[in-house]
Amino acid sequence: MIEFESVSKTYPGGTVAVREFSLQVPSHRTVVLVGSSGSGKSTLLQMVNRMAEPTGGRVLIDGDDVAGRDAVALRRSIGYVLQHGGLLPHRTVLDNIATVPVLNRTPRRRARIQAAELLERVGLDESLGTRYPSQLSGGQQQRVGVARALAADPNILLMDEPFGAVDPIVRRELQAELARIQADLGKTIVFVTHDVDEALRLGDEVVVLRRHGVIAQRGTPAQILAAPADDFVRDFIGADRDERRLTVERIDGRDIAVDGTGRPIGVLDS
Amino acid sequence: MNLFMEALAWLGDPAHWSGGGGIPTRILQHLAITAAAVGIAGAIALPAGILIGHTRRGAGLIGALSGAARAIPTLGLLTLFGLAFGIGLKASLVALVVLAVPSILAGSYAGIQAVDAATVSAAKAVGMRPSQVIFGVELPLASPVVIGGIRAATLQVVATATLAAYIADFGLGRYLFSGLKSRDYAQMLAGALLVAALALALELAFAAAQRYAASRHAAPARSAGLFRSDRTDTRPAQKGPTS
Repeated sequence: MIEFESVSKTYPGGTVAVREFSLQVPSHRTVVLVGSSGSGKSTLLQMVNRMAEPTGGRVLIDGDDVAGRDAVALRRSIGYVLQHGGLLPHRTVLDNIATVPVLNRTPRRRARIQAAELLERVGLDESLGTRYPSQLSGGQQQRVGVARALAADPNILLMDEPFGAVDPIVRRELQAELARIQADLGKTIVFVTHDVDEALRLGDEVVVLRRHGVIAQRGTPAQILAAPADDFVRDFIGADRDERRLTVERIDGRDIAVDGTGRPIGVLDS
Repeated sequence: MNLFMEALAWLGDPAHWSGGGGIPTRILQHLAITAAAVGIAGAIALPAGILIGHTRRGAGLIGALSGAARAIPTLGLLTLFGLAFGIGLKASLVALVVLAVPSILAGSYAGIQAVDAATVSAAKAVGMRPSQVIFGVELPLASPVVIGGIRAATLQVVATATLAAYIADFGLGRYLFSGLKSRDYAQMLAGALLVAALALALELAFAAAQRYAASRHAAPARSAGLFRSDRTDTRPAQKGPTS
């Protein structure tokens, strides 16, 4: 479990990134922090692996304050996926995936064999293992990034807008892939995004953030869609958008779901 | 016979190719003092440049230092050190080190700080120690530029090392100074040709080293003959949905 205990971050000079943020992320669940830029969501994520240090409050993992942990050991025990993959351009795909195991002194041969298995797990062909990151498409690079984060078999995955830089179709595929992997592995995932659809699709729980990490609403995707807490959330999730306002029409004895523009989008199973 | 032919004749004279003051000995001396000066300068400037590039602190120092150092006339410095340390190799060596430091410092700093900050941050975020970030990520990616700095320094030093003969009987510069003194212009020109040939040889060696570093460390994907534009070729190799 990850706990944020009234965490604040103020930069020297007085700029506030996060103000008094508290949240519990239960184990084996996916919690999505969603907000626009300035909501402090990435800063919150970086506080978990100490890439950013809170200026007030504490972050606890399974009851231990992360401030008391060795930062390097802590980071190796947590999987981290970044927007642009953050792969090392001068190392092959396999060596990129094997980065953390090799840092933890796993023999390179064994680490590479495990890396090849991970390639498969994230839906890539083993033959890509000897390529360099620049020879892969953006979506493939993100898959490699996920494989690297999984390589040391961490309990926690931090994902910082991991699919933000790929086109929408590829993003849907990557989201589906992540959901599949998570169903298998049951990691504790903190996922940061500005894309509401992505948040609703992936989160067991969704936390909608205003500026400075102030929580506007938290709940399951269904709860948030069913009852937006206020106009900010209603606006943010686009509750009034045509594709969110569905109605049912009965046609030829079947119930057809129709969106706000009158377009049929699916059939209700009876 | 014109001067150039005389110089070639001087170079072709077997008498000049043997003995303690012979061309091979002088070339070795010249290379030795060049290597020593660049080596010492590297020992000072590489760690400093790498550290400044890594921490991104003190960049102003680099600009000021390399600017000032480039304005210092080496001959004046040599005279100064000659007066301070006395006649001999030490003064020339120190002057050449001062000459070599700015290029190496600027090269290593520029190379390291040009490494993509996102890559460095990612390396840190997955749990690399600062030393692992420097030696495993920043230096390999910066190696062509770092070597470029050493290359520039070496060229300056190999040309300027002729001045070592000004206060010590050492290196190819001896041919220039003794030729000048005895009005043996053929010998002088021959000496100059030898220095130029040496500089060219070193330049070629460093160019090769830079290319090797680029292909081996900085951008190995390119040397494999596969560019980003080839990535459509990677798609059929992938299982499942294309991404």
